Amino acid sequence: MSTTERAAAGTADYLDQRTGLGKAVKEFARKTFPDHWSFLLGEVALYSFVILILSGFFLTMFFVPSMALIEHHGAPATMDGVLMSEAFSSTLHMSFDVRGGLLMRQIHHWAALLFMAAIVTHMMRVFFTGAFRKPRELNWLVGIGLLITGLGAGFTGYSLPDDVLSGNGLRITDGVIKSIPIIGSYMSYFVFGGEFPGEDIIPRLFTLHILVVPAIILAMIGLHLMMVVLHKHTQYPGGGRTDKNVVGFPLFPVYVAKAGGFFFVVFGVLALMGGTMAINNVWNYGPYDPSPVSAGAQPDWYMLFLEGSLRLMPGVTEYMIGDYTLSLNVLVPAVIIPGILFTFLIVYPFVEARVTKDKREHHVLDRPRNVPVRTGLGVAFLTAFIILALAGSNDLIATHFSLSINEITWVFRILLFVGPWFAFWVTKRICLGLQRKDRELVLHGHETGRIVRFANGEYIEVHRPLDEQERWLRVAYDAPTPLELEPQTDARGVPRKGYKKERRWARLSRFFYEDRIEPVTPSELAAAHAHGSHDELEGAKAPELHAGDTTHEGDR
Amino acid sequence: MKALAARRHHRLAPVVLLLLALLATGGLYALLAPSPASADSASTQDIETGEKLFQANCATCHGPSATGTDDVPSLVGVGAAAVDFQVSSGRMPMQSNGPQAIRKPAQFDAEQTAQLAAYVASLGTGPTVPTDEQVDPALGDPATGAAVFRTNCAMCHNAVGAGGALSEGKFAPSLLEADVTDRQIYEAMQTGPQSMPVFNDANITPEEKRDVIAYIEEQRDGSAGGLSLGSLGPVSEGLWAWVVGLGLLIGAAVWIGAKSS
Amino acid sequence: MNDNQHSTELGDAQNRDVDRFDDPGLPEHRHRRADSDPAADKRAERQVVVLFLISIIGTVASIVAYFVFRPDGTTDGVRISTLTLGLGMAFALLGIGLAAVHWAKTLMNDTEVTEERHEQRTPDAEREIAVQKLSDGAADSGIARRGVLKGAALSALAIFPLTIAVPLVSSVGGDWNVSKFRHTRWDKGTRLAIDPTGRPIKAADVTIGSVFHVIPDATEEERESHAWITEKAKAVVLVVRLDPRDLKEAEDRKDWSYDGIVAYSKICTHVGCPVALYEQQTHHLLCPCHQSTFDIADGAKVVFGPAKRPLPQLPIAVDDEGYLVAKSDFHEPVGPSYWERLK
Repeated sequence: MSTTERAAAGTADYLDQRTGLGKAVKEFARKTFPDHWSFLLGEVALYSFVILILSGFFLTMFFVPSMALIEHHGAPATMDGVLMSEAFSSTLHMSFDVRGGLLMRQIHHWAALLFMAAIVTHMMRVFFTGAFRKPRELNWLVGIGLLITGLGAGFTGYSLPDDVLSGNGLRITDGVIKSIPIIGSYMSYFVFGGEFPGEDIIPRLFTLHILVVPAIILAMIGLHLMMVVLHKHTQYPGGGRTDKNVVGFPLFPVYVAKAGGFFFVVFGVLALMGGTMAINNVWNYGPYDPSPVSAGAQPDWYMLFLEGSLRLMPGVTEYMIGDYTLSLNVLVPAVIIPGILFTFLIVYPFVEARVTKDKREHHVLDRPRNVPVRTGLGVAFLTAFIILALAGSNDLIATHFSLSINEITWVFRILLFVGPWFAFWVTKRICLGLQRKDRELVLHGHETGRIVRFANGEYIEVHRPLDEQERWLRVAYDAPTPLELEPQTDARGVPRKGYKKERRWARLSRFFYEDRIEPVTPSELAAAHAHGSHDELEGAKAPELHAGDTTHEGDR
Repeated sequence: MKALAARRHHRLAPVVLLLLALLATGGLYALLAPSPASADSASTQDIETGEKLFQANCATCHGPSATGTDDVPSLVGVGAAAVDFQVSSGRMPMQSNGPQAIRKPAQFDAEQTAQLAAYVASLGTGPTVPTDEQVDPALGDPATGAAVFRTNCAMCHNAVGAGGALSEGKFAPSLLEADVTDRQIYEAMQTGPQSMPVFNDANITPEEKRDVIAYIEEQRDGSAGGLSLGSLGPVSEGLWAWVVGLGLLIGAAVWIGAKSS
Repeated sequence: MNDNQHSTELGDAQNRDVDRFDDPGLPEHRHRRADSDPAADKRAERQVVVLFLISIIGTVASIVAYFVFRPDGTTDGVRISTLTLGLGMAFALLGIGLAAVHWAKTLMNDTEVTEERHEQRTPDAEREIAVQKLSDGAADSGIARRGVLKGAALSALAIFPLTIAVPLVSSVGGDWNVSKFRHTRWDKGTRLAIDPTGRPIKAADVTIGSVFHVIPDATEEERESHAWITEKAKAVVLVVRLDPRDLKEAEDRKDWSYDGIVAYSKICTHVGCPVALYEQQTHHLLCPCHQSTFDIADGAKVVFGPAKRPLPQLPIAVDDEGYLVAKSDFHEPVGPSYWERLK
C-alpha cells in the first residue's frame, strides 16, 4: 500500500464510520448508464446552468442593482458623462474596467441562450422517443417546470443592465400585464411598485434572478436527477435491451470521465464563444430612457415566439364591453397562445397513455417512426413554435431578404394556421413510409445489386437477408390498436353511464392509431421466403428463425 | 512602483498612438480629399456644365426645368446637399422603380457631382454641402452623438447604425458600410432623403450632427466583445447560439457517444 | 386500482404475443484496437497526455494574457483582452474535457454491462406495512375523531401567511393609485422641448418633412431626477409638420394642430413601445416592436398591425414668443389599453 492509498483508505474509513457512505458507494459507483449522444442534451442544459452560476457569481461581485441616477465617467467614450442608473454604469464598469469582466458577461449570456436551447432539444429527444411514458410522466412535468423557470431566469436577467433594449422589453411586459382584465392596472403596480418604470423594478428583478429563480431551478434539477436515478435511464431499442434491464457503462469510471469531461467541453465552448463573439453589448443601446427604441427590438430567442405572436395578431380584436376595454389583441397572443402551447406539453403524456390504454412501464425508447401520430404532433408543435419565432424576427427577415414586412406578416398569419397541419400530415406520412420500408427490408432483405439469370431466362436481383440485430431493431415495437368502444347499452339494454365520454376518447384513439403498420411476424417472414425465390441462392446464409413456440424453417 | 509607472506609461501609449494616427489620417484626408464645391462658390461655368449634365441624365424624370411630376419630386429648393447625397451615393440616377432608391456605385465623379449640385442649387436656395470641418468626427463628441442618435436615428437605423426595416419593403440602410461617407451622413440628416424625415439645424444642431458622425465612426471600430455578428441584436445572437454553440456541442456529444475504433 | 393489475407486466410486449420474433440478445462485443494492440494503447495514452498538456498551456496563456493585455477602456483594448483571456480559458477547459473523454473512450474498459431494473412500485408486502404505519400514525393523532381540532389546525395553517402577505401587498404596489395613468406632465401652456437636450421648439423651426422627438419643457434639475423617467414614459410626443393640404382632421380637433404641425403621443396603444419610425413620404409612423403602423395625416389611425386605437393627440398652439405649447394635457390616457381605461 502506498502512502496515498493508505491516506485514501483512512479518509474513506473515517467518513464511512460517520455517514455510512459505503452503502451509497456500493449502490451508485457502478450504476449503469446507456450510451447515446442524444442522452447528453440534458447534460448540456445542466452544465450550462452550473456555468451560469459560476459566471453569475463573478458578475454579482461588480453589479450594483440600483436605479439611482449617476453620471458615468470613464469608458466607453460613447457613455462618458452620461446620466444613467447605477445598474447600467456598473455593467459598463465590469465590462470595460474589470479584467475578464466582459468575458464573464458574455459567457453568462451565451450560457443562458445555450441553457434554453439545450432544454428545448432535450425535450424534443424525450418527446419523440416516448421517454415521457410511465413511469416518467412526473419527471416530464418537472422538466416543463424547468423550462418555464428557465424562461423566468432568462427574462429577469436580461433586464438587469437597465438598457434601452431590455427596458423596452419591460415596457412590453407592462403593456401585456395591463391588458389582463379587471386586475391589469393593479398587477402593473404590483410588479413595478407604482407606475412604469419606477425605481423598484431592477432591484426586484435582481433578487428574483440571483436568489428565487435559481433556488427553484436548483431544487427542480435535484428532483429531476433524483428521478433519473430512481427510474434508471431509458435506452434505445436493440438486441438484449429490454424494459427489464439497462445496458451501458458503469458510472465509475467511464461516466465520471465522459460526463465530467463533457462539462469541461461545454464550458470550453462557452469560453470560446464568450471570448470571440459579442453578445448584448449594452452600451450600444444606451441607458434606459423611455423615449428611444432601436430597430431590431427583440427579446432573446426563447421569448421570440411571444414577440412573434404579438406581432401577428391583428389589432381589430380589441373590444369594448360597456365602458371596459378587453384587449384580446394582446391577451390572445401573450397569454392564450403560450397557454395553449404549454397545456399541450403538460397534458400530452396523459392523453397518449389514455388513448393507448397503456399502464406498463416503458424503459426502451420508441423509434419516432413507429409512433407516427406522436411524431407528427411533435413536428406540428415545433412548426408553430418556429413560425412564431420567425414572425418575431420579421423585420430582420424583411431587410435580409428584401421583402415587405407587411407581406411577411400576412404570410406568417396564414402559415400559423396552415403550417402545423401540413407539417403533421407530411410527418405522419413520412413515418408510415419509413415503417413500410422497414417491413419491406425485413421481408425481402437488402438489395445487393447482383443480377442473376435463371436457366428459364428470368432475371432476378439477389437480396441478402437482414441479420438478427438488424431485423430485431425493425420488428421490436408495438403497434397499438384504437380503443374498442363498448356498446352504448349494457347486456340488459340499459344505457351505460359515461358512454359519451368514452366515445370521445375512442374517437381520439382512432386519430392516433387508425393508420398503423404492424411489425413483421415470423410467420409473415416465412411466407415471404416461401413465395419468393430471390433468396434461394443466398439461402445458406439466412439465419435460423425462431418465434415463440412455432419454428419456421427458411425455405431451403 | 517603477513597474507600475512603466505599465501606466505603456497603457497610455496605444491611446496616444491612436490619436496620432487619427490626426494623421484626418490631415491626409483634408489634404487629399477633393473639396466639395459649395453652391456659394460655384462658378457660372459649373452651373452651365451642371445644367447640361442634368438635361442629359436627370430631366427624363425630373423634367427639363426640374420641377418634377406627381410621382417625381421637384428639385427646386432642395439645395446642393440633397444632390450631393443622392448622386455621390449612386441613388440617383435611379435605375429601376422599387420601394426605394438604393445605394449603387456613383455614376458621376466628384467634379460632375459638384456641377450638378451647383446647377440645382441655382434653381432655388436649399441646404449647402457641409464643409470638411462640419463633418470631422475628431471634432465631435461621441457621447452627445450617442444620445442624439438614440432618440432620433436608432429606431430606424438600429442602435449602432446597422440598418433596419420600414413598412412595405422599404428600409433604413446601414450606416456602417465602408462607402458611406461622413458627408453623406450629414447631408442625409439635413435633407431627409426619401422616407427619412428632415432633421434641420433647429432640431439637431450642426454640432450635434457632427457628434452623431463621431458616434457612428466610433461604431466602425466594431464590438468590444469580439465579432459583432452584424450588430443585429438578440435574433442573430440566438441564431449563433444554436448554430455555433449547440452545433459544436452536439458534435462533441456524437463523438462521446460513438464507439472508439 | 387499474395500475396494479397491469403493472406486473413490466414491459416486454414482445413476449405476450406468440407470433413475434425473439430478442437476439446483445450484439457481439467488438474490441478496439487499443484493447489488443499495445502500440495503439500507448498512442492513445500519449494523446490523452498531450490534451492535458494543452490545457495547462491554455491556463498559463490566459495568465500571461492577463498581464500583457490590460483593458484600457478602448474598444480594441477590451476586445483583445477579452479575446485572449477567453481563448486561454477555452483551451484550458477543452483540454481537460477532451482528454477525459478520450481517456474514457480509448483506454477504459468498454465492455457493456447489464443491470437489472426493478419495478417502481413497492412490493405489496411492503406497501401493506407502509399503509399500516400511516394508519397507525393517523390513529395516534386522532385526527379522524377530533373534527374541531382538524378544522382549527387547518384554519391556522391556512391564514398565517396573511401576516406576511398583508403588509407586503399593502406596500408592494407603491400607493396603488392607478388613476395616475390618466395624467401626464403636459398642461396648458407647457412648452414643447427637444428630447433629450430640452431646447424649446419654435413653430418656425418645424419645417415640412421634419420630425421632432419632444418632451415637456422642464428644468434641468427635474430632467435629471428619477421621477422624470416615469413622467417621460407617458409624456413623450412626436411632432411633425405636414402640408396642411395633406392633413385630414376631425371637426372637433381642427384647433388641436398649428399650421400643419401636429403632436401625437409616442407611446404605442398596443403594448407601449415608443412608436418612432416616421416615414416622411407616406406620413406613416411605424412601431419597431410589433409593426403597428399609424397614419399621421389621418388622426394617427392604425393602418396595419396589432394596435387598435389611434395614438392620442396632444392639442398644441403657439405662445407669444413663437414657441409651441400644449393647450392641455392629453384628452385620454396614453399608452396601452387597460380594463378601466375609459371609466
